[in-house]
Amino acid sequence: MAGTQHLLEVRNLTTRFHTEDGVVHAVNDVSYTLDEGDTLGVVGESGCGKSVHALSIMRLIQIPPGEIAGGEVIFRGQDLLKLSDDEMRKVRGAEIAMIFQDPMTSLNPVKTVGFQIMEALILHKGMDKASARERTVELLTLVGIPEAAQRVDDYPHQFSGGMRQRAMIAMGLSCDPSILIADEPTTALDVTIQAQIVELVKRLQHKFGMAVIWITHDLGVIAGMARRVNVMYAGRIIESGPVKEIYANPHHPYTVGLLGSLPGRSGRTSSRLFSIPGEPPDLVGLPPGCAFAPRCHYQTPRCLKETPPLEEVGPGHIAACWEKDKVRRV
Amino acid sequence: MAEAVKTSDAPQEVLLHVEGLKKYFPIRRGVFQRHVGDVKAVDDVSFDVYRGETLGLVGESGCGKTTTGRTIIRIYEPTAGHVIFKDQDLAALRANEMREMRRSMQMIFQDPYASLNPRMSVLKIVGEPLEVFHLANKEERRERVAHLLQLVGLNPDFMVRYPHEFSGGQRQRIGLARSLALNPDLIICDEPISALDVSIQAQVVNLLEDLQQELGLTYIFIAHDLSMVRHISDRVAVMYLGKIVELTDRDTLYAKPLHPYTQALLSAIPVPDPVIEETRQRILLEGDLPSPANPPKGCNFSTRCPQVQDICEQEEPPFIEVEPGHLCACHFVKPAT
Repeated sequence: MAGTQHLLEVRNLTTRFHTEDGVVHAVNDVSYTLDEGDTLGVVGESGCGKSVHALSIMRLIQIPPGEIAGGEVIFRGQDLLKLSDDEMRKVRGAEIAMIFQDPMTSLNPVKTVGFQIMEALILHKGMDKASARERTVELLTLVGIPEAAQRVDDYPHQFSGGMRQRAMIAMGLSCDPSILIADEPTTALDVTIQAQIVELVKRLQHKFGMAVIWITHDLGVIAGMARRVNVMYAGRIIESGPVKEIYANPHHPYTVGLLGSLPGRSGRTSSRLFSIPGEPPDLVGLPPGCAFAPRCHYQTPRCLKETPPLEEVGPGHIAACWEKDKVRRV
Repeated sequence: MAEAVKTSDAPQEVLLHVEGLKKYFPIRRGVFQRHVGDVKAVDDVSFDVYRGETLGLVGESGCGKTTTGRTIIRIYEPTAGHVIFKDQDLAALRANEMREMRRSMQMIFQDPYASLNPRMSVLKIVGEPLEVFHLANKEERRERVAHLLQLVGLNPDFMVRYPHEFSGGQRQRIGLARSLALNPDLIICDEPISALDVSIQAQVVNLLEDLQQELGLTYIFIAHDLSMVRHISDRVAVMYLGKIVELTDRDTLYAKPLHPYTQALLSAIPVPDPVIEETRQRILLEGDLPSPANPPKGCNFSTRCPQVQDICEQEEPPFIEVEPGHLCACHFVKPAT
């Protein structure tokens, strides 16, 4: 394997859904790379395509109505989109694991937590039942479940929300994946529990060296978690770069607005919040041009006609805006 | 410990005075629905709200903040305590008297999808309070609704539309217009922005602030998002497991939190600045919230408190004023003498 090869390379990924209202362009031409052990944050508001893009990588999109209409997902040199279902099943969970927002709906309520973790170990690692159980207790202890040896036989409803998310993380880690995709894993949790989970994932990442893709709408969590950030809007990456660079020096008006609308940035507690006017667009029949243009202060006639490409604005920092040189922080 | 919370030497007019408020939900079991215990959702809560201010009520899920709001306005019947509003004890009013009082106190809700009747037009939704209190004929109602929609930044032509035609942020504006229809003094905002996207949250918060300025409204702002509470509130009450553990003005609370729970809660909020996050030390709490059906003996926070001592597991700390206007319930936070 060449030394320059990335662990994961997403190229021009495009996902659509065919619905009664028309074609929903959920993910449009998304490209980025992820290296071993790296942490990538993906931020955006609901409907920006951040979750669908992750599900597309995992090939968990329901087809139909969904359709991965184009692009490549190169993982360790092979295109996941070209694998057979059987081959993909060996990657999923074992190589790339995913944890979801709502741990209650992603755990099976009629099976014990332990059984659900053991299942992956038996399936992917070929363990026998006894050693799978032993490993499961180890994993639950690792993620901070007290008295794991007893709790392993509990059902999901006997766990609290934070414990369920810990169990999901244990399940995600069970086969030592090289990538963990976390889709809003703390959104349903309280802040004190969120802090526990964030610290846990950081610690585990440090220990096992896996890469993490952390999907969230919370710019605060990303700030403390990720090394690089992709900001998504209407199915596209509109800005991407090192986390410090994006927060200190955002170049896309949407990123600028998003950061500006947070209370308490740079101590501006009592002044008025900056707010982005209007609403996110409907992904059915997106008009030509930049999807953010109707809400943008910097809008020019060109923005309504041509989609701006992602261009370099700093070291490793790209933004898709025709007026990116004029954009100022608020 | 139900002593009244008086924030001394404050010249402001007290609009709402809550004293020793309790709301227990009974737990019943068996064929005879035997009363076996209580979920102590709100357990002896006292505070004042001054006219024209915003009081933030924060805490994690299950801490009783929503129940407090709902019990004040008597959506839930209080188990004990007094709610004095305009010289009347709301907790003692009859249902029809309470209905009159609700003209001056309104509520807006978290879920803008569940809180608007999908079969009613915006005209009907926003105009309903006027109809119920026979305050306007049909023509006047139309006019008033148009005015209210303008006030919350919606096009008056939208009044013929139905809730499903609006986005979450717009629905929240409709709910707000409805709550303003009767010119209330007090609006209880129950997580009004939690269901909205970040870019829309700022729009709604700015609108709430503008309306407060314009109409002289008083808010109780219930939320779990501490950074937004910090932005909007004048004073903040922090709740934990049915009790207020700390209450003071916004700046003091965030600069100098006294209660160990407040300290941990503030330290858990992620700061949207990678440079700060890099070096910040967090107070990580162990474990989960205990069940309000079976709260711990002594201080409610004793099971998770990093500074717990023997006394905390024995005695409940009183909620006392430790500095002028700064109240706290912790054995180890004492008034400076």
